[in-house]
Amino acid sequence: MDLAYTEQQDAFRAEVRAWLEQNVPAEPLPSFDTEEGFRLHRDWERKLNEGRFGMVTWPEALGGRGCDLIEWLIFEEEYYRAGAPARVNQNGIFLLGPTLMEYGTEAQKARFLPKMATGEEIWAQGWSEPNAGSDMAAIRSKAVRDGDHYVISGQKTWSTRAVWADWTFGIFRTDPESSRHRGLTFILVPLDAPGVTVRPIPQLDGLPGFAEIFFDEVRVPVENRLGEEGMGWNVAMATAGFERGLMLRSPARFQETARRLVQLYRDNRAAADIDPTVREAVMRAWMDAEAYTLNTYMTASRLIKGGKIGAESSTNKIFWSELDQQMHETALSILGARAELKPHSVGAEGVGRWLDGFLFSQAGPIYAGTNEIQRNIIAERMLGMPRA
Amino acid sequence: MDFTFSDDQLAFHDSVKGFLTNEVTPEAIRDLWQRDGGRSDELWGQLAELGLTAMTVPEQYGGLGLDALDFVLLAQECGYAALPEPLVETVMVAVPLLAGLADEHRQLQEHWLSRVASGEARLAVGHPSNPLVADAHIADLLLLCHGDEIHAVPAQQVQLRASESVDPSRRLFAVDWTPSDATRVAGGESGRRLQAEALDHGALACAAQQLGLANRMIDIAVDYSFERKQFGSAVGSFQAVKHLMANVAVKAEFSRAVLYRAAFAAARGQANAAIAASHAKIVATEAALLAARNGIQVHGAMGYTWEVDLHIFMKRAWALDGAWGTRGFHKARVGDFVFADGAPLGAGATFEAR
Repeated sequence: MDLAYTEQQDAFRAEVRAWLEQNVPAEPLPSFDTEEGFRLHRDWERKLNEGRFGMVTWPEALGGRGCDLIEWLIFEEEYYRAGAPARVNQNGIFLLGPTLMEYGTEAQKARFLPKMATGEEIWAQGWSEPNAGSDMAAIRSKAVRDGDHYVISGQKTWSTRAVWADWTFGIFRTDPESSRHRGLTFILVPLDAPGVTVRPIPQLDGLPGFAEIFFDEVRVPVENRLGEEGMGWNVAMATAGFERGLMLRSPARFQETARRLVQLYRDNRAAADIDPTVREAVMRAWMDAEAYTLNTYMTASRLIKGGKIGAESSTNKIFWSELDQQMHETALSILGARAELKPHSVGAEGVGRWLDGFLFSQAGPIYAGTNEIQRNIIAERMLGMPRA
Repeated sequence: MDFTFSDDQLAFHDSVKGFLTNEVTPEAIRDLWQRDGGRSDELWGQLAELGLTAMTVPEQYGGLGLDALDFVLLAQECGYAALPEPLVETVMVAVPLLAGLADEHRQLQEHWLSRVASGEARLAVGHPSNPLVADAHIADLLLLCHGDEIHAVPAQQVQLRASESVDPSRRLFAVDWTPSDATRVAGGESGRRLQAEALDHGALACAAQQLGLANRMIDIAVDYSFERKQFGSAVGSFQAVKHLMANVAVKAEFSRAVLYRAAFAAARGQANAAIAASHAKIVATEAALLAARNGIQVHGAMGYTWEVDLHIFMKRAWALDGAWGTRGFHKARVGDFVFADGAPLGAGATFEAR
């Protein structure tokens, strides 16, 4: 064990910091759940890629830097520290990208990964269906083989970024006789294909951050299948594993939120201390963000040495999502009667963006597998408790 | 940056875990409860034979010259086993305290540390954070704080009054003694520093045991959840029961890296060692306390009995909660750190520079 960065790691950090200082927009971009914001975030992805910072863990041949997970954590720390824009293509680069590298053919990798890296193609995820949420194996949208095409019919929902995205990925039932986890196939679908209809769903903040996607006999070439036919569940679980695991929510994000929360508390101390529980809640936010960071470094070190992510990664999702809620609840409690005010509205000086973060934090325990599902996974697969 | 244990550390951990699993069973612990003094010279001898009492003793005194990072996994296993013998406090607190005295006490160090390493002598520590002294009755030398000072007092010069803990394995004593120039081994600035280090080491020792205890209580409750049937099913198949245990697993899982970082910081004498130890003590204790609360709940009425082994571990967790600094004390220290001007917070501030 050696909990200090190497010279090489320090140099990488310095390089990332210098580039971000030069390139991060001075003003925060509008939300990527608006048309203009989406376009600006896409431009930012292109710029990041030009600096070869789009996806630092990818191989150099794909525009990455072949970084290991420790360097990825360093990159993320600098990224959040610099207040750089949110990653509009996170479904692509963090979820589908790693899955493509594991399951994709060489042709698929060459076709999809470079355009994913540049932001030329932004990805939406297509997991849930109206009757398949936590119970994802209840999927009914079907893909019927017709020569060298699949013909897709059905509906996906809660598809994040689908309103302005270019592509979606998901699992579809290719064997009509099958049930549950069998007979599903992982397919990549262009959202401009004939027969695709995207209907935006306004989320809690009023913006269309997700959408329903309707498929009406959409023809997709067989080469858009990822992995073997009928093996879609396994491919999807690999993707969900990345999501729950390391990539989607890096600790830097929570450390920066905790740092801002400490600052908010210090700036409003007299009012905040009227509620004696606030001080402890702020301190706990720091402790938990620190614990999440340490845990992630430990996991990253283990993976670098050839270890595998196991069922214990289900504890991550619960930990960060509840931490995120707790931090934002505490911030609103410090802001007191002004907490309800939207930024830039009358009387809202100094409220910052805590309200947006609070609203978003409500989704954390739900998406990527509800925390109740995660608790079942922990109990059954990590602790070995009896199945129902 | 490498957050893994070495193969040597892991191999030693495995062998000690095997020993404790076979030798320090709940039956053996219950047996010790019946004995006068509650301790076993034979067991201590076995621990010494394994090299455990020598771990942190400097090589020049016949020890292995290892540190808190080498011992933390073993301390966790001692918690998992609820080992009654004071091995963790000896290795992590008493030995470093004695070894940390100024050079003028080399003779004293050599005399006692070589005997601790070989298992011939035992130490106990009286520290202001603990109102009583644990295992004073089997100690040959007591390291006792008095104001800023530290005194090394042979067993013949103290009188003990036994107290009683909720944990029948704990043996606590009020120690009556008279400080003198002859017994004083540190004072002033160095006395304060050694006392502060002893507190941090004690907190770390508790944290490691608490995490082990939490894991043991999870295992016991999970086993029971298979055995006990209600409504025709194992109670562990019910979601409400599963989630009780999953919540403990989350807390335990997110204490681990905090604990290991604290051990690393202590071993390297880093500036953040005190805060890291406090953080570890808080979260590992919370994991153990939740494991106790949810563990008893999973057991139903059986969890409230003397018969079921769960209480061996619950009671240790409850007892260690207040030892080597209460949670209030440790939270206050973390708070002072977090809310200080210029505190190193935020992304990238976690690890100290080389």
